[in-house]
Amino acid sequence: MTVFLGLPRADPESHLHGAPFPQAARAAIADTQLRRNLGNATATIRAKRARVVGEVPDWAALRAAGAAIKDDTLARLPELLVQLEEAVTARGGTVHWARDATEANRIVTALVQATGADEVVKVKSMATQEIGLNEALEAAGIAAWETDLAELIVQLGHDTPSHILVPAIHRNRAEIREIFLREMGRVGLPAPADLTDSPPALADAARRHLRQKFLDARVAISGANFAVASTGTLSVVESEGNGRMCITLPRTLITVMGIEKLVPTWQDLEVFLQLLPRSSTGERMNPYTSMWSGAVEGQEFHLVLLDNGRTAVLSDPEGRAALRCIRCSACLNVCPVYERTGGHAYGSIYPGPIGAVLSPQMTGPSQNSTLPYASSLCGACYDACPVAIDIPSMLVHLRSQVPHPAAERAVMRSVAYAMGSPRRWAVALAVSKAGRLLGRRRGRLSTLPPPLSGWTSSRDLPLPPAESFRDWWTRTHGDGS
Amino acid sequence: MSSARDEVLGRIRRALADRPAPAEVRRDYRRTGELDRTALLDLLVDRLVDYKASVRRCAEPELAGTLVDALTERGAARVVVPPGLPWDLPGAVRDDDLTAAELDDLDGVVTACAVAVAETGTIVLDSSPDQGRRMITLVPDYHLCVVRADQVVQIVPEAVARLDPDRPLTWISGPSATSDIELNRVEGVHGPRTLEVVLVD
Ligand code: SF4
Repeated sequence: MTVFLGLPRADPESHLHGAPFPQAARAAIADTQLRRNLGNATATIRAKRARVVGEVPDWAALRAAGAAIKDDTLARLPELLVQLEEAVTARGGTVHWARDATEANRIVTALVQATGADEVVKVKSMATQEIGLNEALEAAGIAAWETDLAELIVQLGHDTPSHILVPAIHRNRAEIREIFLREMGRVGLPAPADLTDSPPALADAARRHLRQKFLDARVAISGANFAVASTGTLSVVESEGNGRMCITLPRTLITVMGIEKLVPTWQDLEVFLQLLPRSSTGERMNPYTSMWSGAVEGQEFHLVLLDNGRTAVLSDPEGRAALRCIRCSACLNVCPVYERTGGHAYGSIYPGPIGAVLSPQMTGPSQNSTLPYASSLCGACYDACPVAIDIPSMLVHLRSQVPHPAAERAVMRSVAYAMGSPRRWAVALAVSKAGRLLGRRRGRLSTLPPPLSGWTSSRDLPLPPAESFRDWWTRTHGDGS
Repeated sequence: MSSARDEVLGRIRRALADRPAPAEVRRDYRRTGELDRTALLDLLVDRLVDYKASVRRCAEPELAGTLVDALTERGAARVVVPPGLPWDLPGAVRDDDLTAAELDDLDGVVTACAVAVAETGTIVLDSSPDQGRRMITLVPDYHLCVVRADQVVQIVPEAVARLDPDRPLTWISGPSATSDIELNRVEGVHGPRTLEVVLVD
């Protein structure tokens, strides 16, 4: 008999876990500048999104179709991936498979080295961030230039992204100006000395800085928003044109894509090209979407299909719907916890509600044991999600899987014991009333003695009521016997 | 050692050991628009302008003159045109595998399109001979695009149905834009910073 050990998780090279959430969140909440930037940004995107979603009369039907298409894809994933591979190959592309981050990095590095290039231009891509591709390329002596404006700000600032869609959401214009002045000259065309902090001036400095890199680059690396199994079509959805530049100009294009990014048919794009832009940037359509099937217009094309823990997510019937995610980031912008802590507190490149689900699923719950608690379970993320992922239920499901401290288990056991018999419960209530004496002055209890102090370190405990429901019932209705 | 391909596919099959039933996809969303032609074209113009594209409308016989007017007003003396563009324009440079650096020196590009989506203000190029390589509409700073009324559809599903996935496609909705600095929208980062559309009715 063989023992089933479960499916391999994301490998440790991946950028999917960091400091525990409560620790990281405490620092983030103390940063008032960060909270102001985040508060403004999330409120603005929320309002834009609500307006353009409200314009679409059949939004509910599109959302249901989006969820169903993704579920159908996941249920038939092996055959659809093979179909994609055949379609891409038939159109002159080459398909590579990567079990984990290390393997994907090795494949991409070798492909770049084969071209003789020692630098690459990159389109913003969550998959390549997840595997730490820039660092791996750097270790091999290859410079990777991020070309999305926000990613450029993050890269030049020696920083990490804090939002899926607007990675530099935590930076204001004065900080961006300083970063450009200080860093651009070290890696290419310097920013003009008289650079102001007006957004058009900053965008123009980025345009000039990157222009030469685009025109010179021989290799580009991208992610993909969607891949169509039946036609081998890849697509990148973006705003600035940096994606088009990367995908079009260099002779070699390498696309790294999670195995869940698939849709079965060409027609399915009609659903996602409506759901994604409106949920993501709150626009009717993003400025640019590029689509290509195989190697086109004289380019060499490589597609790297990445597992890195996705099959572990797939193996949990209660959690696999997280793989429907199209990375629109709508759930971040409506989340009261994200709005206050920002993305860095989640310790993973997937922040916010979807990150709180996906990261522990991909790494295994013990690597990210605090993330399933980084939520108020208010349900706003579920309402906002264009593919109807029930994130709150998954968080509850994951909470049951993460390791719990011995003290907490002991408390839960004793509560269960007390609630197991009416007489024991009556005694417990009498004891809890004594708790009122401890917090009389503030009306709240802010610290409990250990082991309960872990719970009160991040919240106040309301005082037990002066009269319990059972006492009230007995007083007003007699004891019922 | 098995190959990565076999191993990943094997893992997926094991992960699906509970055999989830394939979900039924109901396409009961809108598949066709309901607007008449006049309303449809007006909607396209409204949405293009909303995305900061400028729009000129003309009838077929006036097209050549309208294009010349647009180029003159813009001061675009030398523009690249795809090999199959059916109109003769002053200062036109036919694309004959120009390099990116050569394109960078020109004032703009003039193309036709494959489909336009009114509701989203989107123009789709499919690299046909009258639209050319993806590169020529990307590097120059000004894009003048001709849309014929019969190429306009109302909603995205109608556009997807008309397009051929085997062609390299570019969907364009307004000029290049970024909102990465404090969410202020700035037009024009890397693509053409000016998009002008001539709608021929
Ligand atoms: S979980 Fe839903 S709302 Fe959140 S990023 Fe993914 S698709 Fe968007």
